[in-house]
Amino acid sequence: MYKLLLCWRYLKTRWIALASIVSVTLGVATMIVVNSVMDGFTQEMQQRIHGILSDIVVESHSSEGINDVNWYQERIQATLGDRLEGMTTVVAVPAMVSFQYNGAPHTQQINLIGIDTATYASVSDFSQYLLHPDHHQQLAFNLKDGGYAPDRKSLPESGWAYRRDMARLRKELEQESKRNHLLRRQVEEAKAGAVALPAAMAKNEADTEIDSNPSSEDASDADNQGLLPGPTTSIAESSEGPHYFDAEKETHPGIVLGISIGSMRYRDPLGEVKDLFFIRPGDDVTVTMPGAGSPPRAIDQSFTVVDLYESKMSEYDSTFAFIPLEKLQQARGMIDPISGKKSVTSIQLKLKPKVDLAKARDDLRAAFPPDQTMVHVESWRDSQGPLLAAVQLETTILNILLFMIIAVAGFGILATFFMIVVEKTRDIGILKSLGAPGSGIASIFLAYGVLLGMVGSGAGAVLGLLFVHNINRIAALIEKITGREVFDPTVYYFTEIPTIIHPFMIVWVVFGAILIAVMASVLPSIRAARMHPVEALRYE
Amino acid sequence: MNNTVRNAIPMPNQASVASRPTLRAYRDDAGKSSRNAIAAENLFKTYRKNRIAVPVLKGVDFAAEQGKMTAIIGQSGSGKSTLLHLLATLDRPDTGEVHFDGKRIDNLPRSERDLFRNQQLGMIFQFYHLLPELTALENVLAPQMIGAGIWRYLRQRSALRAQATEILETVGLAHRLHHKPNELSGGEMQRTAIARALVTKPRLLLADEPTGNLDQETGAGVLDIIERVNREEGLTVVMVTHDESIAERCDRVVRLVCGRVESVD
Repeated sequence: MYKLLLCWRYLKTRWIALASIVSVTLGVATMIVVNSVMDGFTQEMQQRIHGILSDIVVESHSSEGINDVNWYQERIQATLGDRLEGMTTVVAVPAMVSFQYNGAPHTQQINLIGIDTATYASVSDFSQYLLHPDHHQQLAFNLKDGGYAPDRKSLPESGWAYRRDMARLRKELEQESKRNHLLRRQVEEAKAGAVALPAAMAKNEADTEIDSNPSSEDASDADNQGLLPGPTTSIAESSEGPHYFDAEKETHPGIVLGISIGSMRYRDPLGEVKDLFFIRPGDDVTVTMPGAGSPPRAIDQSFTVVDLYESKMSEYDSTFAFIPLEKLQQARGMIDPISGKKSVTSIQLKLKPKVDLAKARDDLRAAFPPDQTMVHVESWRDSQGPLLAAVQLETTILNILLFMIIAVAGFGILATFFMIVVEKTRDIGILKSLGAPGSGIASIFLAYGVLLGMVGSGAGAVLGLLFVHNINRIAALIEKITGREVFDPTVYYFTEIPTIIHPFMIVWVVFGAILIAVMASVLPSIRAARMHPVEALRYE
Repeated sequence: MNNTVRNAIPMPNQASVASRPTLRAYRDDAGKSSRNAIAAENLFKTYRKNRIAVPVLKGVDFAAEQGKMTAIIGQSGSGKSTLLHLLATLDRPDTGEVHFDGKRIDNLPRSERDLFRNQQLGMIFQFYHLLPELTALENVLAPQMIGAGIWRYLRQRSALRAQATEILETVGLAHRLHHKPNELSGGEMQRTAIARALVTKPRLLLADEPTGNLDQETGAGVLDIIERVNREEGLTVVMVTHDESIAERCDRVVRLVCGRVESVD
């Protein structure tokens, strides 16, 4: 009883001891904040990495792809059995996308992926990242009327309505330029001595002439090209034949581009983050890809952008473009003209929840030895392994460093406790003269340590949780004070700092801090217990 | 016991064999004759300071009769406090024995010595030695808290508190129960210390210059209380002092000079 009473009284009368515990409090709070942010970051990143990737990819070595897809699919099904949830075939090739913005040509390197619209959704959440809400339910390469990304203000009007307006505008411009051209020619002819016609007559003549002959060579007059967004007319004309491609009513095959391929995030002079879209749904682009033959020929094909996707993983958003599998196989010549077999470059798999990813991958690797078959097997973790490992390492090192801080705080407690024991020497002598055993006296100081540890780490946990809870507000405040952005959205694509609080982590941190406080109080306690009563009583 | 004790031979073994027939007798037939509450035989104690051995007790025999007041008087450095500490088992002699109630106590294991101090012994010090964080009442209760485990203490809490309050009332501190030591005067602190020493109803009271830090009048008051307890309850008292006038009030006076007993009156 005297132990608890004295321990409590010492705590109450010695607030300075609480100062020694402040370092523990701060250490615990920092650890909780760092772990929450790192966990949030890791999870966010894994979600993004995994977002449009399937669990496992069986990928062909050859750019011509696998011919006998069925054999592979059956073998995969046999190997994984009921662990398999979904499977789809994919063609992925490096390609180049080109488009015009304000008359200036842009070309960008992409990974062109042909996906099977029927089965792709069974392996990937790809459709969830599309801008048009209707596409979340059912993936289709059709241009929508409008209503893309209703909550994104920076995306200008897109879709059919935009396409029609643009096509109409373009036609008018074309006619205008033709008329100008004709007039100029007539003026020149008149100058050359021909009979000058009245201006009104000339206009009528020009109108009829243009209407009757819409696919004239003069259509793509260089004078007006600069004002036209998109490469449409020239492409329309390149697909020769009797059919005239009317951009106002028709589209090319659909393509879904990563949002960063056709947009740029920047900061205006006022420091606000803005998006500039070079391409929006409704525009046409040209994709240049290698054919399946050897050596591959470059193949051009026009596509109409039907949607954009944003996985928030910049690597994907700036390189991946999706088109229907069939179109890609046709364009590249991956369909065997005799047997009609269609080749693919990879098979993507999705596993059932809670299936061991590494085990499934190893089983598949055993089933498809890379030196004997045409394929190699990778999980989504493998493809981003170094990145995930780096984040993991960072978390581990931060934890070790922060725990060191708490350990340093432990030495502070040790020193404080030694001083308290020295200060209480006479009390220890008195207690011993009253018959208190050494163990009882030691437990006074041990309990003191436990109590301080609990108070310190408890306060730290509360502080840390409050910090995590308000982290975005705190970040905004820091931003305001220092003028520097904590999480630059042009770099991270984060509008908010992601955090996850694992209760188990908090328990561990608090437990560790209490343990350190107790360990720091062991030595002073032993010293107190071993104190000679006579010398302690004589102590002045 | 009025014979003068002399240690002609300082060697402990020879001394214990050759002289002190009377003390040996006390020890041997402790059962039938327990006139001596506490007795020490041929105590030697040397302290070491910076590798220099300082002999403090050089063969001291001592006995305190049951129910009597015994004074140990001597100059500073004569070893009287050391002798008291050895009697209280706060320290162990280099050689020699201490007997309480006929049983040897100086070689008991630590836990039993702790129990002895807690149950059989009350101690008073020159500088009161109260715990500064506790109130007068809690200080008086401290031996009970130490002796009883936490559960037993909590069960008997009200009874023990009543008892402690009563003892504080008998020493005239009914109005100071909840004051901390720094709110008490010297005399009040010493009376609190006496109450703490008496609360476990000990068989022996050891006092180390109980009036040494008090003025004449207050000291006399403290002595009155000690005498009253001795007289009314038959408590054996051993008091260390350097004040002849205080020693005169005791039944017996043991004079220590340079670590040896010079005379016993």
